[in-house]
Parts: sequence; C-alpha cells; structure tokens
Amino acid sequence: MESALTDKQIISTLDEYKYDWKDEDVAGRSAKRGISEEVVRNISASKKEPKWMLELRLNGYELFCKAKDPDFGPFVDKTLEDFDYNNFKYYVPPLGEGISGSDSTSNWEDLPESIRSTYERLGIPDAEKKRLVAGVAAQYESEVVYKSIREDLAKLGVIFVDTETGMRDYEDLFREHFGSVVPGDDNKLASLNLAVWSGGSFVYIPKGVRVEIPLQAYFRMNTQNLGQFERTLIIADEGSDVHYIEGCTAPIYLENSLHSGVVEIVVKKNAKVRYSTIQNWSTNVFNLVTQRALVHEGAQMEWVDANIGSKVTCKYPTSVLVGAGARAETLSIALAGNSQMQDTGAKMIHLAKNTHSSIVSKSVSKNGGRTSYRGLIKISKGAAGSSSNVVCDALLVDNDSRTDTYPRNVVEEEDVLQGHEATVSKINDDQLFYLMSRGISEQEAMAMIVRGFIEPIAKELPMEYALELNRLIMLQMEGSVG
Amino acid sequence: MKYDKLEVVDLCVCVVNNKHANDQAQEKEILKGVNLEINSDEVHAIMGPNGSGKSTLAASIAGAPGYKVTSGDIILTVDGKTQSLVDLTADERARAGIFLAQQSPTAVDGITLSNFLRTAKTAIDGVAPNIRTWIKELYDTMELLKMDKSFASRPLNVGFSGGEKKRAEILQLEILRPKFAILDETDSGLDVDALKTVCDGINRAKTDAKFGALLITHYTHILDYIKPDFVHVFANGEIVQSGDSTLAKKLETSGYEQYTK
Ligand SMILES: Nc1ncnc2c1ncn2[C@@H]1O[C@H](COP(=O)(O)OP(=O)(O)O)[C@@H](O)[C@H]1O
Ligand SMILES: [Mg+2]
Repeated sequence: MESALTDKQIISTLDEYKYDWKDEDVAGRSAKRGISEEVVRNISASKKEPKWMLELRLNGYELFCKAKDPDFGPFVDKTLEDFDYNNFKYYVPPLGEGISGSDSTSNWEDLPESIRSTYERLGIPDAEKKRLVAGVAAQYESEVVYKSIREDLAKLGVIFVDTETGMRDYEDLFREHFGSVVPGDDNKLASLNLAVWSGGSFVYIPKGVRVEIPLQAYFRMNTQNLGQFERTLIIADEGSDVHYIEGCTAPIYLENSLHSGVVEIVVKKNAKVRYSTIQNWSTNVFNLVTQRALVHEGAQMEWVDANIGSKVTCKYPTSVLVGAGARAETLSIALAGNSQMQDTGAKMIHLAKNTHSSIVSKSVSKNGGRTSYRGLIKISKGAAGSSSNVVCDALLVDNDSRTDTYPRNVVEEEDVLQGHEATVSKINDDQLFYLMSRGISEQEAMAMIVRGFIEPIAKELPMEYALELNRLIMLQMEGSVG
Repeated sequence: MKYDKLEVVDLCVCVVNNKHANDQAQEKEILKGVNLEINSDEVHAIMGPNGSGKSTLAASIAGAPGYKVTSGDIILTVDGKTQSLVDLTADERARAGIFLAQQSPTAVDGITLSNFLRTAKTAIDGVAPNIRTWIKELYDTMELLKMDKSFASRPLNVGFSGGEKKRAEILQLEILRPKFAILDETDSGLDVDALKTVCDGINRAKTDAKFGALLITHYTHILDYIKPDFVHVFANGEIVQSGDSTLAKKLETSGYEQYTK
C-alpha cells in the first residue's frame, strides 16, 4: 500500500540532530565522578531507602568489583578503549539532593522551566494531551521527574510509576520480582546497575486488563559524563496486554556518558507484552543495556528494538520461555553511522515444551559505521516441539562500513525446528542511478532504499513512532547526526 | 511554441571499469564522436549491431555512473534556457527534462512502484501531485497499459517479467512527461500484443508531452507503430549513416555488415 508518509513530508521536517540542546546544569556540575561503596551508600541514603535495598545494592557493588568485563565484541576489541568506569557521575538528582522519583509530579507546570521545556521540545506533553499514550514517565538525569497514568487505567489497578515509588508503595509485589529476571551476578554491568540504580519504571497490569494505547517512558541525559542507570520492572499478570515504549535522547558532548539500564519483564500466563525502544542517544553515549523477559505458559513477548544513536551499543533483548506454549519475537533495527558501533541482536532461551521464537534483525551501516548481529538460540533438554527462526539482513551503504554476524545455537533437544538466514547487501550504483534518473536526489534515493529495507519492522510501530523512525533515518542519511 | 532541443556534440565517452582506481588504463573509449540533434516532438531511431555503444550513448545522456565524457558536449535547451548536461547529476538531468527507459531496469526491494512514482513526480514537478487525482491518474494509466492494479503496491521491478518491466517504464514515461525520452530497446522481448500496448503508451505520452524521442532498437517492427522522422545507423561508437524511415527498411534486408567491416 501507499506508505503513510510521502518523502516530501519527511524531508520537510529535516533538521540538525534536533535533540542537541543543553539545559542549565546546576545538579550535574556539583556531582562527583567515580564509583565507590560510599557512592552506593549515598544514593541509598538520598533515596531514604529501606535497609534491604541498601543490602542488595552493596551486594551488587561487590559483584561488580569482582566481575570481569564481558568477553565479547566491543569489550574486547578497541571499541570500548576509552571507556572508564570512574569517568562518570553516578548519581545526579535533577531537582536536588534528597528529591527522588517518589516526589515526582503529575503536573508539567510543577517542573522547573528548563526541564519542562525539554519535554515540550520532545513533544511529550503534547502526545499525552492527544491521548496517543496512556501514561508517561519522564526521567531526567538520574530521577523520574514526571509521571502520569490515565485515570480509567488507574481505576482498573494499572500501576505505572517510577521504580522508587514501586519499591515504597508496592513493596511485596516489588520484592517478589525485583532481580528475579536479571540477577545481580548476571553480568558486570547488571551488577553495577544493581548497585547504583536510580529511576526507571515500575509497571503492573492486573489480570485480564488490556492497555490498548502504549505507555511511554522517556529518558533524557542532560549533563556531561552522566551515568544513567534506570531500572525497570514490568509485571503483566495473567491474560493482560500492554505495550511499553521507551525513547532516549541526549545533547552532544565531547566527553562520553554511560547509559546502562536494566529491564526486567514478567509475562504471566497468557499475557502479552510488547516492549519498544527507539534509542537515539547522541554519539558520545555508551549504551550498555540488559533487558530480559520471563515468558510463562501461553504468554507472548515482543521486542521492537531500534538503535539509531549512541557511540557504542551492546544490547540483546532476551526472552526466556519458561512456560509451555510461550512465544517470543524480537524485531531489531540498527543504524550505524560515522564512528558508531551497534552491537545488537537477541537471545531466545527455550526451557519449556512447544515454545516458539523468531528474530528478525535489520542493520544498516554507513560512513564507516559498524553493526554486528549477535544472537543466541538455546533450546534446552525438555523443550520438545519448539521452533526458532532467525533472519538477519545487513545493508552496507558504502565501502567504508562494516557488518558482522555472530549467531550462536545451543540445541539440546531433537524434536525441534530451526531456521537461520543471513544476507548482506550493498546499495548498488544501479539502484541509485535508477531512482536518480527519475529526478530523486541521491540522499533521498539512499534514504528510500534504507527505509524500504527496514520497512517490515518499522510498520510494527505505532504511526507516530514509525514517523519518528523515518525522520531519524533521513537525518542519519544526511550525515548530520553526531 | 518554442522548440526544445537536445544536442549531442562530438561526444566521446569512456567506460570506467574500476570505480575505485583513477587509473587511466582501466578506461575504454566507447563513443568516438557522436553528433545528434533532437527537437521536441521528433522521433529519432538509432539502429546498430550489439556492442556498438547505443546503450552507452543513452546512459551518457542520462548521467549514469561509470561513464566519463572525455570530450564533446550534451546540450539541452528547454523553454529557451540552454545548458550543458555534462556536469549535472542524473537527478538534475531528470528534473531538467531527460527520461531514460533502461534496457534492463533495476529492481529495488522495499520501495513500491506507486511510492516511487509519487516521489519521482514530486521531485520533477517540484510539488506533490494532488492526492485525490493522483491515484486515479495512476490506475487509469496502468489500465491503459494493461497492468494489474496490484503492481502499484509491489516493490519496484522485483519479480516483474521482462514485459512487465517495460510496461512499468512506460507508465513512468506517461506520468512524468519529460521533454526528451530515450527508449533503450523498449521493444526487445515483447510479444506482438505487448508491443502494441507499449507503443500505444509511448504514443499517448508523446501526444501529451510532445517530447523528442530517441528510440534505440534492433527491429523495424516498433517503427511501424512509432513513425521515426530520422533513422541513424550506429556502429563502433559513432553514427555512420542517417536518413529517413526508408533507411530502416533497407537495414532490415541488408543488415549491418557493410558498416562494421
Ligand atoms: N560498464 C562497462 N564496463 C565495461 N565495458 C562496458 C561497460 N558498459 C559497456 N561496455 C562495453 O561497451 C561496449 C558498448 O556497449 P553498449 O553501449 O551496451 O552497446 P549496445 O547497447 O550498442 O549493445 C561493449 O563492448 C560493452 O562491453
Ligand atoms: Mg544496449
């Protein structure tokens, strides 16, 4: 069918990397860099946390100190050479020491002008007003500063709050699941997150409740050298249905920042969760993220993961299929431009009978950018009747760019079906000439080819987000990002 | 009305085999001084043996990559404005009024024919076509070309048969209304009925846009449908003889041997 947007419309919205504004930075300037036990204790004290959480944090810090760096990809090649844990500011409460997400407002007017205008420029209050989203959580530096949920959903028992509020107001539910999907010793960055986590969302969807419109979380890093360590926990109770979308931006700085969130999702029996990311960090951000879902009997997990920004991204959303008949799907898009590395993919762990997974990955490298598909399919003993399918396509826009695939399969069961397809293609001169010979400029022609390439995934996003994605691709093709 | 004009003057063109090396040794001269003058509404047929450089001439006028003009010029006059095309990119040439129907059009996955056409139309006209009349114009034209509507939402030329690709090229010709159309072996590989459908399309477009046409062909059959004002014989990278439509008939019986030696 006719695409929703004409290219003219897309082009008409073109701009520089339009997220590159910097707000006043009182909180950030006074924050110290580096990680130590004292930093961990201070975060906990500042949030006035219960003792059990401080203990979890200290355990996380100990695990972090002991753990070796991950032993793959960007961690072993030169890509993360200038990465230094002591270079980041681990906790920057934007509204002042002692003010945490639990104190966040549901009224944009309450926020300081500079922070409010940031979200206005990002179009968040507007999307909320137009009811394109059913709830909003806006995190600025280390804390959620704004949260809201549609009243009718709140009445049904839907919880969508910052993680601090989740811990305080829903302690039993929170403690039952916190750390149950991504344990503290999972990997060095997950240990670090456990030690210094701040912000993120706590979501609970009661039995049988279907949230038809997405919940939107928005992450903004403003200060230089920030480390942002949000921690999100989503629990979809039996037969419920929710779509959670996260977006991320930051200003461009010469020095690097670190974003290292952890997302834990519990999809209970026959529930369905879709988790979408449009990651557009500026190109000085290291984006090292752990995201995982436990998928119970008959339940369904879908990841739509679009990585466009950042300097280095390591991100492999994982679905652990623990219940019979569980299904998971990951749709992954990566775009790497000049000096960017997108090391992305997905993991599917089949632990129960008749579980099914599918991974579709599309990556585009241009201008010397690098993409890697890194995937794991594990079908454990006992997961008979299961199937998995992987399709990964890479597009190279020029000869300076690079793409690699690292698929791994561990199959311990005989009665399974597995498919794997991988292609690498180059935008060829004939295609470009053909489009250009009809009056279409080179840049637009490239963008059309790239958009066409990722269209099968983009169309899975709600219209506004697909539009945003299209626009980001145009910007990337113009080479003005970063 | 003011006549538009496309002139090819002493044109010499090399093909560049290796795009990465600026190595002169990699270049091979194909066109060796071509002269041609086409006015609007005229039909020029070019006939000649395989490998004589006909497609190279077409590609050079349209600005395809890999072809380098070593001397001579390509000059376009439209609405009284005269400019050399040699330093223009392919898209600039298209917007100036050049259209090339390629001998083997490229397939592009992920871009539908209709999206492509709409983008191209917008680029060439400078404004997006009216959304209401657009779909109708597209479907009506497709119907005249005996193309099923479903082709509009299919990826550009992907899985199209030879004949379907040719129809899609003429669909673009009809919709984009260029000032000069170069049709490179548009008749090749078409059966009798398809040839007639395609030629009807070319004639409709020509009546409508009054473009000058450069028709590259091996066969005189197409010239029964589209009457040429001039026929040129092409051999070894140059025009070796020109005449009126009777020359085509002569070639049909005598062949090209006399020109190639
Ligand atoms: N890109 C290219 N690289 C090398 N040789 C080429 C290229 N394009 C055309 N040629 C050569 O140029 C000559 C003319 O080709 P072409 O213009 O396609 O002839 P025609 O269309 O008359 O059959 C042929 O010898 C062909 O092999
Ligand atoms: Mg040819």
